[in-house]
Amino acid sequence: MTVNARSTVLHLGLIAILIVLGLVLPTYHQGNLARILVLATYAIGFNVLFGYTGLLSLGHAMFFAAGMYGCGLAMHLADWSVLPALGMGLASAAALSLVVAVLALRTIGVAFMIVTLMFAQAFFLAALYLGEWTGGDEGFVIAQARRQLAGFALTEPLTRFFAALTVFSVALLLTAWLMQMPFGRILIGVRENEERTRMLGYDVFRHKLLAVVISGTISGGAGAAYAVLFGYVGATFASVQYSIFPLLWVLLGGMGTTIGPLIGAAFMFYLIDYASGLTNAYLLIVGAALVLLTLFARAGIVGEIRKRWVPWLP
Amino acid sequence: MDFGPHLLLAVLEGAVGAAVLALTALGLSLVFGVMRVVNVAHGEFFMLGAVVAWFIASPIAAHPAIGFVAALAIAPLVAGGIAVVVDRLVLKRVEYDPEATIVGTIGVLYIIQQSALMIYGPEARPVEPPFNHRIALPWVEWGDSGLSFYYPWGLSTTSYKLFVIVAAVAILVTFWSVMSRTRLGLIMRATQLDRETAVAFGIPVQRVYSIVFGFGAALAALSAVLIVPIQQAHYLMGHDPLLLSFIVVIIGGLGSVRGTVVAALLIGMSDGIISVFLSPTLSKILATLLVALVLVFRPQGLYGKKMA
Repeated sequence: MTVNARSTVLHLGLIAILIVLGLVLPTYHQGNLARILVLATYAIGFNVLFGYTGLLSLGHAMFFAAGMYGCGLAMHLADWSVLPALGMGLASAAALSLVVAVLALRTIGVAFMIVTLMFAQAFFLAALYLGEWTGGDEGFVIAQARRQLAGFALTEPLTRFFAALTVFSVALLLTAWLMQMPFGRILIGVRENEERTRMLGYDVFRHKLLAVVISGTISGGAGAAYAVLFGYVGATFASVQYSIFPLLWVLLGGMGTTIGPLIGAAFMFYLIDYASGLTNAYLLIVGAALVLLTLFARAGIVGEIRKRWVPWLP
Repeated sequence: MDFGPHLLLAVLEGAVGAAVLALTALGLSLVFGVMRVVNVAHGEFFMLGAVVAWFIASPIAAHPAIGFVAALAIAPLVAGGIAVVVDRLVLKRVEYDPEATIVGTIGVLYIIQQSALMIYGPEARPVEPPFNHRIALPWVEWGDSGLSFYYPWGLSTTSYKLFVIVAAVAILVTFWSVMSRTRLGLIMRATQLDRETAVAFGIPVQRVYSIVFGFGAALAALSAVLIVPIQQAHYLMGHDPLLLSFIVVIIGGLGSVRGTVVAALLIGMSDGIISVFLSPTLSKILATLLVALVLVFRPQGLYGKKMA
């Protein structure tokens, strides 16, 4: 089998396993897995920029939240139905990421991280400030009756699971395909050596710009899906924590791998789920995981597997 | 209150904020200047200073000044000590790689913050100020008999707030003389200027890094001890100082001491003044966006040299 065929088999096999899991798991874990799939979609979006293009954004929560608010507010205030609202979420995230990309990509390295952090902070504060519409910290709940798609109630656990799986699969297959195209190869070129990529005649700025927009739009799509599937929209999702989480998931799962974001998100989700039963200081686990990863496993779980045993892993 | 007295009050509040902010930001700026890394956990060292101050001052039943002075001496040492451990265990191991340091110190941020939550708890607790006299301030007015003084209701400050400003200025001057007049300062400046050459001249750069990192954290803790009688100690209190220090250090030019102090005055005063007249959230949104744009269009800041 060629490498491309192998990765296609891997991704379709993963989706098949997830379908089986969705059917056999008890409702509690089914709900958890649905949440993990949506969060993993967010991590996939983050991974396009961080893992493949080598740009570390500390403000991705603003894209996630832009999608979430774009979709949620359209349903909550304007009574839109699910599909156009999802479109609104994607469009909001795409527009915001384009603006942020044009401004933030003038900087590099540490300055890029701080600029994205600052923009995200301004977005978070604006969400609080506009509390009259956004509900601020408390957020708002989207009425159950609104969350219907083509006759299916997205509030029903199994339907919700398959909706989440669809969103995840689209993001997974899209990025996997994108990274096999010349476009994705150039992004990896930018990550490995920006100067050389420029010398070879590629328009580095345009590729980085598109990477931010694609990454932001996928993240926003995850945010919009979260609003529709779980029916809650709040400013917490725009806070710094939600910018750090995808970084953690991707680092843990393996940056620049297609399945790493899911592995990382699932692992952290259950770790935090377990820890919050023991103590209310469960974020301690997040901190310890970040420090240990920086020190000992910079490649992450899938990255280490690829390095040691399975070099073809996408 | 009329506009005039109101403005004076806002300026006084702003000056207290600016004084403390200058100290906190100076710590961040020192670390960035010498070590070329961003310490995202800086705000948590600030919080540590306040929390340790509470632990020291609250069991002492004697005059509050004794507890306060003890906190002033011990809290920076504790924060500095923890910072040195972080430097040895984390930063040194990743060889001060800028991106790995950011991710690592985000981890340290959560570890310190959540440990404080477990040990100190979620309550906000006050520390009693060593002295606290209310000082009413006069204002002038054109009356029937020409210019006259009067004391508008509500226009007052406390002796402790004035002390904070004086103490901050004294610490700044001490810091400046250490940096410019002592051998330790010379070594730090040499390391900042050219690491390679400093190594070649036999400067133990690794030890300098540990000292600088500890020193930066100690400055943050010290400013927290100063402010904790006015604000209360809380495990999440490190967030705002971190953000404001970032803003100050960026506006002032990363690693420039003079720029940091000027920017701290500018940001601290305008934060104080604006939030008296506008909603604090709105003023924060404007400040954050402004800083992001400064970084985009003038990455070297007001006083800094062009950064790599």
